[in-house]
Amino acid sequence: MTLLLNILVDGVAYGMILFMISVGLSVTMGLMRVVNLAHGGFALLGGTFAHWFAADLGLPFWPAAVLGVAATVALSLPLERVIYRRIYGFTDLQQVLATIGLTFLMIASVNLWQGSSLLSIPLPESLKASVDLGFRTLPVHRLVVIVAGAAVVLGLWALLERTRFGMRLRAAVDNRGTASAHGINTDLIFMLAFGLGAGLAALGGVLGAEILPIDAYYPLRYMVLFLIVVAVGGMGSIAGSFAAAIGLGLLETAARYLVPDFATIAFFALVILLLALRPNGLMGRVA
Amino acid sequence: MKRATHAALAAVIATALPVAASADTIKVGVIAPFSGPFAIYGKQYQEAVETYVAQHGTSAGEHEIEFIYKDVGGPNPDQSRSLAQELLIRDQVDYLAGFTFTPNALAVAPLIEQSETPTVIFNAATSSINRESAFYLRTSYTLWQVSAPLAEWAYDQGMRTAATTVTDYGPGIDAENAFKAAFEAKGGEVVDAIRMPLSTTDFTPFIQRVRDEAPDAVFAFLPGGPPTFTYTKTYNENGLADAGIKFLGTAETEEVNLQGLGDAAIGLTTAYHYSGAHDSEANRAFQAKLNELFPDAIANWASVGAYDGTHLIYQMVAAAGTDGPAAVEAAKTLEWESPRGPVKMDPDARTLVQNVYIREVARDEASGKLVNRETGVIATVGDLGWDK
Repeated sequence: MTLLLNILVDGVAYGMILFMISVGLSVTMGLMRVVNLAHGGFALLGGTFAHWFAADLGLPFWPAAVLGVAATVALSLPLERVIYRRIYGFTDLQQVLATIGLTFLMIASVNLWQGSSLLSIPLPESLKASVDLGFRTLPVHRLVVIVAGAAVVLGLWALLERTRFGMRLRAAVDNRGTASAHGINTDLIFMLAFGLGAGLAALGGVLGAEILPIDAYYPLRYMVLFLIVVAVGGMGSIAGSFAAAIGLGLLETAARYLVPDFATIAFFALVILLLALRPNGLMGRVA
Repeated sequence: MKRATHAALAAVIATALPVAASADTIKVGVIAPFSGPFAIYGKQYQEAVETYVAQHGTSAGEHEIEFIYKDVGGPNPDQSRSLAQELLIRDQVDYLAGFTFTPNALAVAPLIEQSETPTVIFNAATSSINRESAFYLRTSYTLWQVSAPLAEWAYDQGMRTAATTVTDYGPGIDAENAFKAAFEAKGGEVVDAIRMPLSTTDFTPFIQRVRDEAPDAVFAFLPGGPPTFTYTKTYNENGLADAGIKFLGTAETEEVNLQGLGDAAIGLTTAYHYSGAHDSEANRAFQAKLNELFPDAIANWASVGAYDGTHLIYQMVAAAGTDGPAAVEAAKTLEWESPRGPVKMDPDARTLVQNVYIREVARDEASGKLVNRETGVIATVGDLGWDK
């Protein structure tokens, strides 16, 4: 029984971190239809800025985290204007190549700036403490990530389904020409959506740094993980990404408890099986 | 044989390329990662080599020494082999050095056998490498060398049960076997041996499982960098330290990433052959020069392996010049004072016989930084894995 509860608690905590990191990719890749392999790069930038603000400039954790995300968004907007705007028109393969190139640029820049060792983001005492769940203890920061993840799901759902911005974004993606003709400033909408994706990546990078620590090679190290979550969830589906992240988190955690030697194989076998049954992911839209 | 091979090859190449170096310059080819995720090791090697050169000059005996660096990128045996070939044939090096990863070191065995080139391994820590050629010499350590004494020490401290958690790849399995063998030989019991997948990022399940079993100690082996960071965090946050389960490790608290681990690392116990905080004249001189040349450099196992490797090369060049077999013969009896303490070459295994220290992470009051404070010397040991 305790084992089951352990798997449940750890699986949800891990799944929520996967969700936090991948949801931005679901926004840019699924909603905006751009194969954005530089997504992990934005998570890296967020983490690196937060590390810089916290460890080098001595700011407390929360301001550093907020500034880290803000700095990443601030950098992503001109990047969208100058580079991504051209990439939207590329074929899939060209998009892959261009964004991989961007990833390498980001890695090299961080390497040059902060070196290739670990870039830790010091946690405040309040986050380092443990809470007693009765049968075991859990670090507070994991609870914070769970709460933040839930807030992101609700916030994104509200933003995309219930606001004018969401409506315009969906219109702009479905048919850019018609949307423009109706007086929607699609350039601005795309830029904001892209900034949102980058900001979510940065937020995930910062909050997830306790489990996926930041270093210059972060995007390459975890790219497969992000892509799996999006692929299993179905592109462009926030709810799908959420279900996939939690499901994969639970699966992998269960495998680690029960058959540690085969955890990785079990994980990939299940992913393959699932994609064989549902090639578009759990909630993927058929294009 | 070697000269003849070289002469023949040189004759072919000389028609196309002018040979630049003068006859009495001995070249050393260093194969290491200088780009990619492991670039820091190549950088550390080069810094340590240059520190040694700055301290001892560019000549050994009657010969000038020149180092040529080649970037192997990462664990890539094919690339390692072709770089070695290029160094031996085109650059005509007389010595090879470097090698962070075991497969990269193993890949050059046939080449150095054929050309009789003494090859100094700065890191690659699998015992069996040196069996593949009599021209391998190693100035790092082996996993058996540090893990087995740690197990014995733990038993002597009163720990009777332990769980091992190692990353599931060559060195991890070496470490698990070494710890288990030594711990059980003493009478201790390994209650659980967990092999964790290489790609693991969340260690909570493994740590929680260990906690539920409540052994006296948990022995860990992880590749450096991010995994170490999350493992040690999880160890603390899930209350293993509070539950009295002692952390035992080897390279987990190495100096480059130590500050990143933060306060969570305080109290972690490791057994290792080098600590940046080793209290000796040789270590202070080494670090002073290193930091004078490279203010940001942090001395760790990679720097000290390369530094001692350079020392070994200087001694071999002074003793035997370009004569490979004679150089190896001369190296077999060497003893010197390294920044890590007194060391000597084991003539059979061609790996260093050295002290293994018990270290505990503490915050240094003077500098405010985390250090691996040595709390004891366990033993002077050779490569315990040589006959395994």
